[in-house]
Amino acid sequence: MGSITLKNVSKVFGAHAVIPSIDLDITDGEFVVFVGPSGCGKSTLLRLIAGLEDVSDGEIIIDGRNATELPPARRGLSMVFQSYALYPHMSVRSNIAFPLKMAGEDKAAIDKKVEDAARVLNLTDYLDRKPRQLSGGQRQRVAIGRAIVRQPEAFLFDEPLSNLDAALRVNMRLEISQLHQQLKTTMIYVTHDQVEAMTMADKIVVLNRGRIEQVGSPLELYRRPDNLFVAGFIGSPKMNFISGAQAANHQAHTIGIRPEHLVLSKDHGTWQGTVGVAEHLGSDTFLHVNADGIGTLTARVSGDFAVTHGDRVFLTPDPQRLHRFDEKGMAIR
Amino acid sequence: MARNVSTGRKLITTVVAWTIAILIFFPILWTFLTSFKTEAQAIASPPVFLFFDWTTENYSEVQSRSDYLKHFMNSVVVSFGSTLLGLLIAIPSAWAMAFAPTKRTKDVLMWMLSTKMMPPVGVLVPMYLMFRNWGLLDTRTGLVIVLTLINLPIIIWMLYTYFKEIPGEILEAARMDGASLAKEIIYVLTPMAIPGIASTLLLNIILAWNEAFWTLNLSAAKAAPLTAFIASYSSPEGLFYAKLSAASTMAIAPILILGWFSQKQLVRGLTFGAVK
Repeated sequence: MGSITLKNVSKVFGAHAVIPSIDLDITDGEFVVFVGPSGCGKSTLLRLIAGLEDVSDGEIIIDGRNATELPPARRGLSMVFQSYALYPHMSVRSNIAFPLKMAGEDKAAIDKKVEDAARVLNLTDYLDRKPRQLSGGQRQRVAIGRAIVRQPEAFLFDEPLSNLDAALRVNMRLEISQLHQQLKTTMIYVTHDQVEAMTMADKIVVLNRGRIEQVGSPLELYRRPDNLFVAGFIGSPKMNFISGAQAANHQAHTIGIRPEHLVLSKDHGTWQGTVGVAEHLGSDTFLHVNADGIGTLTARVSGDFAVTHGDRVFLTPDPQRLHRFDEKGMAIR
Repeated sequence: MARNVSTGRKLITTVVAWTIAILIFFPILWTFLTSFKTEAQAIASPPVFLFFDWTTENYSEVQSRSDYLKHFMNSVVVSFGSTLLGLLIAIPSAWAMAFAPTKRTKDVLMWMLSTKMMPPVGVLVPMYLMFRNWGLLDTRTGLVIVLTLINLPIIIWMLYTYFKEIPGEILEAARMDGASLAKEIIYVLTPMAIPGIASTLLLNIILAWNEAFWTLNLSAAKAAPLTAFIASYSSPEGLFYAKLSAASTMAIAPILILGWFSQKQLVRGLTFGAVK
């Protein structure tokens, strides 16, 4: 079983507190994504859980057992690294077999487990190759293979897809999600890509400057962000923020409206503006509108809506989907 | 885009390169040629280059007068022994400095290197006395120890440079996979650093083989390596250039052959990490 609990975990490098103090509960079988901008401490947090860094304070409980002082190998976790971190001098077979060999399993059992893992990951034909003879996607699958043979309590993924090209990334994203459904093992996944977070996670942990901004399911974060940071970070294109008189009309310091919740019209609406840039994606069009007295607003409209640079348009926010924030940036509900 | 190089320019570069190469190689060639001359031809003025009566009598005389094989074996034991012992100490040290550095790591590295800047003669007397008191004078063990110590800074520096090139994530992966520190070094770090370790090994064998100051001062008859073998043909018995040359040729031949066959490895090792 793979439940993980962090109690007041902190990490200090010199005088700099990368993670001031974090409490978090991860239940068995969950797919949890740590997301945040670079430098927010998400990878450090993962490394603390892995045991690759020592905590400065607090406790890490894995399966009810205090693992704070345990070395990485004895925490029952497997990790997939951003750079794959395959052993370049070993064949694919030896790479996948390495953790089993370290655990002292006998050769017949190792062979069987390696074959099984290779079958799951479509690597059977590549078992005798060296990592350098594989493509990026195949290397990543070997890294995953090496992680699954141990049957760990939980998998840790540190930005595993960021070295892959866009098309492969979408494929691997799907493969990892399918793997999770198949294995039903806890997975903790670190990424800076909110699309990965939204599509894969059961639970997203949004981190900023070493602090947890919000924890929730993807749709909870999308629909009910707790603060300006989460509201701006989750969703693509980003939520529009408006402050000043327009916000005061809604008894708020700042109001936020997502691009897809702005209704566009050519003849009537709440705010008027001029189309600056129109990005045509085919299915949708992203319009960057210079709204009079407000600033630039991004609107997402149907790809069929005919509009070009310089057109005058009206934008109306959906009042049900308007987010209000106080002067501290916290959501007003 | 490749640069256009004119034929004239190519010719000049080739001539210059060959000239430098021959200049560097000439003393070795001259020693080799002299070893086949008679003593009279060896000191003839003007010197004779290729047209003399080739003779191998210097070699047979050198062999009959002093036991080449004994010195050769001493050289092998001392240079290989000191290199292997050095690697055994240096691999974990370089590992620690490359992958678990502290605030003082750079200082320690500089301090180790600084010991190479000191003239060895400065510590000759205390070293000699220590060796005498510990019964290490004129023993292979003593020479292995002293050569290990004097070359250790270079071995550690070279290995440190190679290890720095190995991504830390791979070692972390090994740790996650359950490898203990020793297993991490044996199964992951060492195989990955083989090119670096091999060139360190070769370079150090060559350095140890050629080391003359300590081997001459701390050995006499029993443990004397080839450096002492050459030295025995210089001043004490007058200058016998032809015999001295024969002894030198015999002494440098093994290491020259080793260097020749491993030059690819050596060059690769020495330029390792220069270009990513």
